[in-house]
Amino acid sequence: MIEIAARKVLREFVLEVDVRFGTGVTVLAGPSGSGKSTLLRIVAGLVRPDAGRVVLDGRVLDGTGASLAAFRRDVAYVFQEYALFPHLTVRENVAFGLAARGVPRVRRDVAALGWLERLGIAALRDARPATLSGGERQRVALARALAWAPRAVLLDEPFAALDEATRARVRAELRATLTALGVPVVLVTHDESDVEAFAAPVVRLERGRVVTERENGASPEV
Amino acid sequence: MIRAAVAVASAVLVLFIAVPLVALYAHVAPSRLGATLASAPALAALRISLVTTAASLALTLALGTPLAYALARSRFPGRGFVDALVDLPIVVPPAVAGLALLFAFGTLGAFGPALEALHVRIAFTTFAVVLAQLFVGAPFYVRAARAGFAAVDPVYEDASATLGMGPLRTFARVTVPLALPALAGGAVLAWARALGEFGATIMFAGNLQGVTQTLPLAVYLGLESGDLDLAAALAAVLVTIALAVVVAARILERRAA
Repeated sequence: MIEIAARKVLREFVLEVDVRFGTGVTVLAGPSGSGKSTLLRIVAGLVRPDAGRVVLDGRVLDGTGASLAAFRRDVAYVFQEYALFPHLTVRENVAFGLAARGVPRVRRDVAALGWLERLGIAALRDARPATLSGGERQRVALARALAWAPRAVLLDEPFAALDEATRARVRAELRATLTALGVPVVLVTHDESDVEAFAAPVVRLERGRVVTERENGASPEV
Repeated sequence: MIRAAVAVASAVLVLFIAVPLVALYAHVAPSRLGATLASAPALAALRISLVTTAASLALTLALGTPLAYALARSRFPGRGFVDALVDLPIVVPPAVAGLALLFAFGTLGAFGPALEALHVRIAFTTFAVVLAQLFVGAPFYVRAARAGFAAVDPVYEDASATLGMGPLRTFARVTVPLALPALAGGAVLAWARALGEFGATIMFAGNLQGVTQTLPLAVYLGLESGDLDLAAALAAVLVTIALAVVVAARILERRAA
């Protein structure tokens, strides 16, 4: 469970939310520039809220006067453009979080390869990110985020860089993988077709405020 | 007409640069080159140059890398001033730099009495050569490294942090490798500038064989004392190194781009 009660003054408006994300996937929807990514970055520790609290499974990440550094949070983040390290191979990218935790090379290589096999991209293990297609990059980014058993997973517009055909396929795969994790997963999207496809609880943000929270992806009008 | 003028102007300048260098090599007699380079003054100058430029390069990397990163990433009061100040030694005449170093660290300089009390002498020592090289060479590295760090998208550092790498390990494993061509290019230029250092060194460190006499100073002394063979041989060594540096810097620049 991620509990956020936070305030952050942004250029165009004030982000002010009081919201919870439970175990499983929650879609954080809303138009571009509504504060979704900022909210995600606050949870990850990449942006400090001006005031408020962020708590993950009872552990205070941001609280009164204290803020846990991003690298101590165990919160995975899949960036919109994936941000795969261009100087590392696919396998080294996926093993990065394990290297950070001091896992010996042999064990982290095995674990990384396991994730690459699970996502059907084991053949790419020695490739550099620059040579991969959009869909392949997305999977590597996902494997890199999940390989070290994070306590929560945040995905910022994970489909934005993909073409239509890849998008539909990846969406189905991603839903299965993320649901099986058993940790809170927050998926940011501005695309309504993602909201419908995921059939997950939806939190909708507009100009920094939560406007609706729904238990699943079915539209209330229907 | 215009095309011809361009060709003539270009040819004049290219020849003007090439001819003296060829003349220099032509003056070096291959038969005597080995003996000249093996002579005591030549070996001493080579040794002093290698030792001092290695030391000044180490200091440049150790002190310049954090500064370049701060200039590229942080917003702090006086940043613009620091940025301009670091570039200054590139345009200050080397002899002026040497005089300034004397006024700071010489016996009669600002820190002279304090250094005297500690029984530390800097001016006219090998360490003074290192400081003179650091002063004139470090800006080349800081400039290149600052640009190299600025070109690294911060999203990679954010990604590293969310994956659990602390700031120092992120710097070592992500930022430095991504900026490496720029860092290496800057280091090569700084080292080359240090190797060729003359004006600041002769003012601040003097020209003592085996202590402060680097290759350029030995070339100067060779000319002064009429030992043209020595001057030409050492000069040819310096030009050859300079040639290698220019080629290396080209290759690194291409990789950085």
